[in-house]
Amino acid sequence: MNEYLTLSMILFTIGAVGVLVRRNAIVVFMCVELMLNATNLALVTFSRQHGTLDGQIAAFFVMVVAAAEVVVGLAIIVSIYSTRRTTSVDDASLLKL
Amino acid sequence: MTAFWIVAPVVVVAALGLLFARKAVHAALSVAVVMIGLAVLYAAQGAPFLFAVQIIVYTGAIMMLFLFVLMLVGVESRESLTETIRGQRLAATVAGLGFGFVLVTAVGQTTLGPVTGLRSANEDGNVYGLAALMFGPYVVAMQLTAALLVTAVLGAMVLAHREALTPRRSQADIARDRMAEYATTGRHPGNPPTPGVFARHNAVDTPAPLPDGSPAEDSVSPSIVARGQLRDGFDDDIHVVSRQLRREDDDEDGAVGREQNPRRGSGAVGRDGEPRRGSGAVGREDNQ
Repeated sequence: MNEYLTLSMILFTIGAVGVLVRRNAIVVFMCVELMLNATNLALVTFSRQHGTLDGQIAAFFVMVVAAAEVVVGLAIIVSIYSTRRTTSVDDASLLKL
Repeated sequence: MTAFWIVAPVVVVAALGLLFARKAVHAALSVAVVMIGLAVLYAAQGAPFLFAVQIIVYTGAIMMLFLFVLMLVGVESRESLTETIRGQRLAATVAGLGFGFVLVTAVGQTTLGPVTGLRSANEDGNVYGLAALMFGPYVVAMQLTAALLVTAVLGAMVLAHREALTPRRSQADIARDRMAEYATTGRHPGNPPTPGVFARHNAVDTPAPLPDGSPAEDSVSPSIVARGQLRDGFDDDIHVVSRQLRREDDDEDGAVGREQNPRRGSGAVGRDGEPRRGSGAVGREDNQ
């Protein structure tokens, strides 16, 4: 049980460091996905610990929300790219385009 | 547990690949590896439905969407390694290490009770159990996610939509412009002549001759002219090309070509001993 949680924590940490370190907006987005997946692993693990399926339902909803988030986020990245010709998070430093 | 100890190192290494990969495509591939590994872990923990959903939705749909956008944006776009905030990378690494250390030790020091396991919950099958929960106590949450998905679709449409700044040109507009250009500059309104028409040679790099015998430069693609590969279609060029083609035929069917081998060496000098014109054609033949 603790092994699964430790793996989940390690993945979450890697994702968090990636969000802070990487510059490419798409890679930053993938790091966010990694963090969501890590929490999903913890939810499934706790579902097994407690013997109920509520944790799996929560993980399922997280997946749905992640899918919606990816759609909107990638659309934002594409529209920023079409105006500024860059996907670096440093270059999108102004509120207006 | 065996599955865990096989999959966990792979997953951690792939996740580290996300941190250290130079190219975004490599990062995307390592995320796909992480997601497949996590799917295996779900299956090992009594969540076969999430196993399937993880592979279909995450690796199948979301990662492919990422790859689509990567290809759209340009695979070769490298990220700059200069720091805009000085020392930010070091500070982030230290903070991340500390955060991970705290989390891992906190998990390591907790003692959870005995694992209940999902045997009784999965008695009627995992999917039936999930459905009973989703359409029972969680039905409002499920309807809200439906609303969320519709909103996300609309949002993506609005964000990806671009207003047409200029009115669309119809065929009548194009024809009117062409006739106006003909009236002012005298440029022919019809199609440009195709290369090789009425010529002694029908290759794309040979311009069509005009009625007075001079070549019509318009009939050849401008990129061929820019590369200096224009031929004028006189007899010598025809000889050069037919010799080239003959040699390529020899290369293709080796058995027939072998007996002509001794002649091949002298081919570049001009086998028939005729003088050459058109340096571009000769240079190209030597390159091949």
